[in-house]
Amino acid sequence: MNASSPVVSSLAASAASTTSTGEAVQFWILAVVAVLGALGAVFMRQAVHSALSLAGTMIVLAVFYLANGAYFLGVVQIVVYTGAIMMLFLFVVMLVGVTAADSLKETIKGQRWLAALCVLGFGTLLMAGIANASLKEWNGIGRANAGGNVEGLAALLFTKYVFAFEITGALLITAAVGAMVLTHRERTERAATQRELAERRIREGKQITPLPAPGVYARHNAVDIPGLLPDGTTSDLTVSPTLRARGQVRDVSGEALDDLAALEQRSGDWQERGRSEDAGAKGAGK
Amino acid sequence: MNPVNYLYLAALLFTIGAAGVLIRRNAIVIFMCVELMLNACNLAFVTFSRLHGNLDGQIIAFFTMVVAAAEVVVGLAIIVTIFRSRHSASVDDAGLLKL
Repeated sequence: MNASSPVVSSLAASAASTTSTGEAVQFWILAVVAVLGALGAVFMRQAVHSALSLAGTMIVLAVFYLANGAYFLGVVQIVVYTGAIMMLFLFVVMLVGVTAADSLKETIKGQRWLAALCVLGFGTLLMAGIANASLKEWNGIGRANAGGNVEGLAALLFTKYVFAFEITGALLITAAVGAMVLTHRERTERAATQRELAERRIREGKQITPLPAPGVYARHNAVDIPGLLPDGTTSDLTVSPTLRARGQVRDVSGEALDDLAALEQRSGDWQERGRSEDAGAKGAGK
Repeated sequence: MNPVNYLYLAALLFTIGAAGVLIRRNAIVIFMCVELMLNACNLAFVTFSRLHGNLDGQIIAFFTMVVAAAEVVVGLAIIVTIFRSRHSASVDDAGLLKL
């Protein structure tokens, strides 16, 4: 930078060399949260936990944008990234990956160590590059934001970057069409009629009748309670495989047997009492 | 504090995201790590905008967000399609460009 030129010297007059203490405190606290969230996104086993960690990191980044004077981007970050994109991720995770646990088995030998080495080297180079730049002074965003952050962005977007903006529109339309084409499934064969379905079911011979209903007759009708077979054991066919895989099946067969035992006990007591009363009456009669 | 610290944080987040892309197998998690890398770049752009004192960096970050949104739409559609045909979201299973 040539400090003798008048423009640069006027900029240097407005240049600062340190931020406020409040921003420093905010940075050091939230940076830890952001890094923890990023590590969580990488190392959590469940995809849902990864997505939630990443959402936390993105909210912290939105705060950093606001602190850096990018007010519009801070709000857009929350609305678009944490609001739309991460929820889209969660939606697809629920659709696809909840049951599929990530395997920890290495398929390429030594891949993790090599990856860690590469990442360590890359990070070191990146940090060294930034440190080598040795930026001591900077021009604050205050002057650029003087007429309002959104107004300034809009002025740039519709003048200097107007072609990039137009091309972005084409990109978004292409993405929407692409998503529709990718997820659309063409029906390649005629839908089977009811008769054909019935014949196929008989031919396969796996389960000819409809599956038995869940619940225990006249006691429970919740879907997570398996029906009972005549011998009192539970039937696996009556609950959804998803609930069985999650281990959310409630077994109430023991309850019914306990009730039965209690009933027998009560009736036994009652008969006993009747017999002893009879005996007492006979004794009094003698 | 010097705002260059934001650049260090961006570099760190980018590196963590790259590690995730290299280590993880689940296509959705890999995709989330790519998002993390994009976000780290955005933070660097916004910081550069502040260091330079003009709004061009913020415009670039804005375009990055738009491209990221389009990328997520197409990428998740591809993941859903692969899952539909293979019943797995692991990138190891999708070794060929055919079913």
